Amino acid sequence: MRRPVAVRVVGPLQWIVYPALVALAATVVLGTPIQMFGLHLPEPVIPMILAFAWPLIRPSMTAPAVLFLVGLFLDLFWNAPLGLWALCLMAVYGTVLLSRNLLAGHEGLVRFGAYAACTLGAFLLAYLVVTMRAANAPALLPLIGQVLPTLLLFPVANWMLERFDDGDIRFR
Amino acid sequence: MAFRDGPFENIKVPLAWTAAVVVVVAIIGAIFLLLGDRTTSEGGSSMGAARGGFEAAAGPVGGVFAAPVRWAGAARDYVGGYFFAIGENRRLKAEIVELRGWRDEAIAQKNINGRYEALLGLRTEPAVAMATGRAISDARGPFNRAKLIDVGSTKGVRIGNPVVTEHGLVGRISGVTSGVSRVVLLTDVASRTPVMIERTDARAMLTGDGGDSPRLEFIRGAGSIQAGDRILSSGDGGGLPRGLPVGVAAKGVDGAWRVKLFSDHGAVDYVRVLLFQTFGQLVSPDALNAPPLAGLATAPEPNAAEAGAIRDAAARRQTAQQAQAERARAAAAAPVTPAAAPSTTPNAARPATTAPRPAVATPPPAPVATPTVPADAPGGAA
Repeated sequence: MRRPVAVRVVGPLQWIVYPALVALAATVVLGTPIQMFGLHLPEPVIPMILAFAWPLIRPSMTAPAVLFLVGLFLDLFWNAPLGLWALCLMAVYGTVLLSRNLLAGHEGLVRFGAYAACTLGAFLLAYLVVTMRAANAPALLPLIGQVLPTLLLFPVANWMLERFDDGDIRFR
Repeated sequence: MAFRDGPFENIKVPLAWTAAVVVVVAIIGAIFLLLGDRTTSEGGSSMGAARGGFEAAAGPVGGVFAAPVRWAGAARDYVGGYFFAIGENRRLKAEIVELRGWRDEAIAQKNINGRYEALLGLRTEPAVAMATGRAISDARGPFNRAKLIDVGSTKGVRIGNPVVTEHGLVGRISGVTSGVSRVVLLTDVASRTPVMIERTDARAMLTGDGGDSPRLEFIRGAGSIQAGDRILSSGDGGGLPRGLPVGVAAKGVDGAWRVKLFSDHGAVDYVRVLLFQTFGQLVSPDALNAPPLAGLATAPEPNAAEAGAIRDAAARRQTAQQAQAERARAAAAAPVTPAAAPSTTPNAARPATTAPRPAVATPPPAPVATPTVPADAPGGAA
């Protein structure tokens, strides 16, 4: 007799809503003003993980809409020009969505290279926008201080891809 | 046939296309938001309502995370106070001995300064009220340096108010809600602060760039700055009080003059907001453009009586000038008295204070004041 198999549906709540909430919560926690031995907490752009992983997991209408709202949250929370991080994250999402067929099936170094290129591109875009708005170029050292922690978040993006890519059996 | 080779494969294209449409719409929306978010003349944001609503909600959440940090810091200080009490006591005693001399000198200088101010009739700046708050959230990225603090408009905080710590200037208020305010730090890439170099009184513009040490730009005067000079707020433009300590000048690795901020000496947790009203807040443009001042450029034509009075005053002034010139000419042509004659003795080289005029052998012609306005010029001398 064939036993029934429990089918776990991985819906938008699992791969869009919960990760977005976790990213926002982590951003708020890292915004706590702690200074120990003269050092502050790092301030990575955590939603960069979502912007890279979501289009690779599955194209969706909900994901970019949520990502746009997450970007607005970052702008308001960090007092950035409204729309700055929304634009940069959407640019990453759009780029990965366009190159989805190219990146599908790749792992390891190639995937990290793609993530690094997307991160650097997003920061370059933010740098240009801020420079034009303020008529003043931000310093490079603090820029590196935010790019590096963001790059170090790649294992989380990789885990999300492993966990959710092809996870919905209805799409097999 | 595998399920992925079935008809669901066709879903892929429309999903990607619809996602792309959402991305394009979102990018256009973000660009519109960027273009619409401008800085107001007071230093706030044109999207102040949205930012204010968000900050009113984010403030309590940030406070929840900041509270344990504050408690841990207080506990560490409490315990540390016991361990380092003896060393701290010795250091403080030595500091008190040094400061006693400075205190006496400060009292004497204050006394002298008060007398000078009274003699010169200087209008001194009134004391500025303050509101104390705590930092509850922090943005430290290269594109924005800002803090949320837990005081707002209920305590009188307004956009543009300067924020200081016990060490020096930190930044300015850029957004206010009833209980939470946003502080843009001096290091923010959009921050511009007029400052002066204390030693030379030269002016400069402190420009943040997202790093810890903002740049000094537009330094007035050659050689007006050197490493170690104290930098203070200049008060130019009326946005900040004059003389708030900012930092110390230092040469950066890029060759530009930078300022090591005094506020970096300790954690910026407790801050004071100076409830200082800028010139723009004290005086409304409508008051400045009120008719009494605006009418100065377009004074009405004098009537007949006023024109007659003006002509009379001009004639009297010209007559008085002519009489004075006549007296001067007569005095220059007067004969030389022996007592006032030039002497060859050394003592006589000094001018005699009792003599009416120093006499010379051939007096030069005395300057005669010539009237510049004709007597019949209507209203010309008025």
